Amino acid sequence: MAIAVVQVRDLFSAAMLFSIYSLLSAGLFVVLDAGDVALTEAAVGAGISTILILAVLTLAPRYEKRIDRINWPAIGVVLVTGACLVWAVSDLPTFGQPDNPVHTHVAPYYIEHAYKDFGVPNMVAAILASYRSIDTFGEVIVIFTAGLAVFSLLSVRPTRRKSGKTENAE
Amino acid sequence: MRENGILRIIARFLIPLIMLFALYVQFHGDYSPGGGFQAGVMFAAAWILFVLIYGLEAGLAVIPERAMFVLSAAGSLLYALIGLLGVMLGGRFLDFYPLLDDPQAAQQAGIILVEFGVGVTVASVVMLIFTMFARRRGDLGQAWHPEEHD
Repeated sequence: MAIAVVQVRDLFSAAMLFSIYSLLSAGLFVVLDAGDVALTEAAVGAGISTILILAVLTLAPRYEKRIDRINWPAIGVVLVTGACLVWAVSDLPTFGQPDNPVHTHVAPYYIEHAYKDFGVPNMVAAILASYRSIDTFGEVIVIFTAGLAVFSLLSVRPTRRKSGKTENAE
Repeated sequence: MRENGILRIIARFLIPLIMLFALYVQFHGDYSPGGGFQAGVMFAAAWILFVLIYGLEAGLAVIPERAMFVLSAAGSLLYALIGLLGVMLGGRFLDFYPLLDDPQAAQQAGIILVEFGVGVTVASVVMLIFTMFARRRGDLGQAWHPEEHD
């Protein structure tokens, strides 16, 4: 599915395929028992981001421009980065071991104390809003900043050129 | 799309349900999956559905653009003020314990208020971004037909 998203030239189908991909991964998160993540993925990934991509597509041409030349520097950067990542994987601890750092750091404290401290059955909400409250505050600020950035970029009236991009889309 | 009877009736039926479910996700987030972020996105989705059916002008008549600006700032400010309230009452920033006497109730009140701030900000920012893109199309007040602009 992800390969299809990259392959297809019609940006409208790419947006739709991407939405289906998000919905499938939301289903995967449900299977993995991660309800909060699944809800977010379904609402944001499959819903809102698709709508926003479609809104952008009404401004942009529908078909991707075909480029026949191969971009060698880009391939080089991708290969080097990929090789570094594959090399770094060999340093990761064995998958699923109970004594991995992720299971021995703060997670056991949260799991043991979350219900006792808050009386809130949904541990994810408790951790996000209370233990990691400042992180969540940062997230809110990021979203607010994103809104401000879009406003400052798009609130300017488009200048009416003879062959501007906005006219091409109409 | 306003002329299409099926779309209009289905939307009229669905929009209140989506909004109700968003409120449920918002305020029941302590007991089931959910929270401010998801609820905000859902609430905005209901509004966007309304705009797709009835046009941007009708949508902006319900929630004016000014209100979106004010609400997006107010949500973040609510979050920050809850944090500062903890400081005023002798705790640390975003420390909920000083808010109420019972520690568990204090934490729950703090979590609910903070999540409400998150929800308000997310909902208004998503609506704002959508308004910006829809406005950019130029034909304010007409329903949105992506299929006509291939």
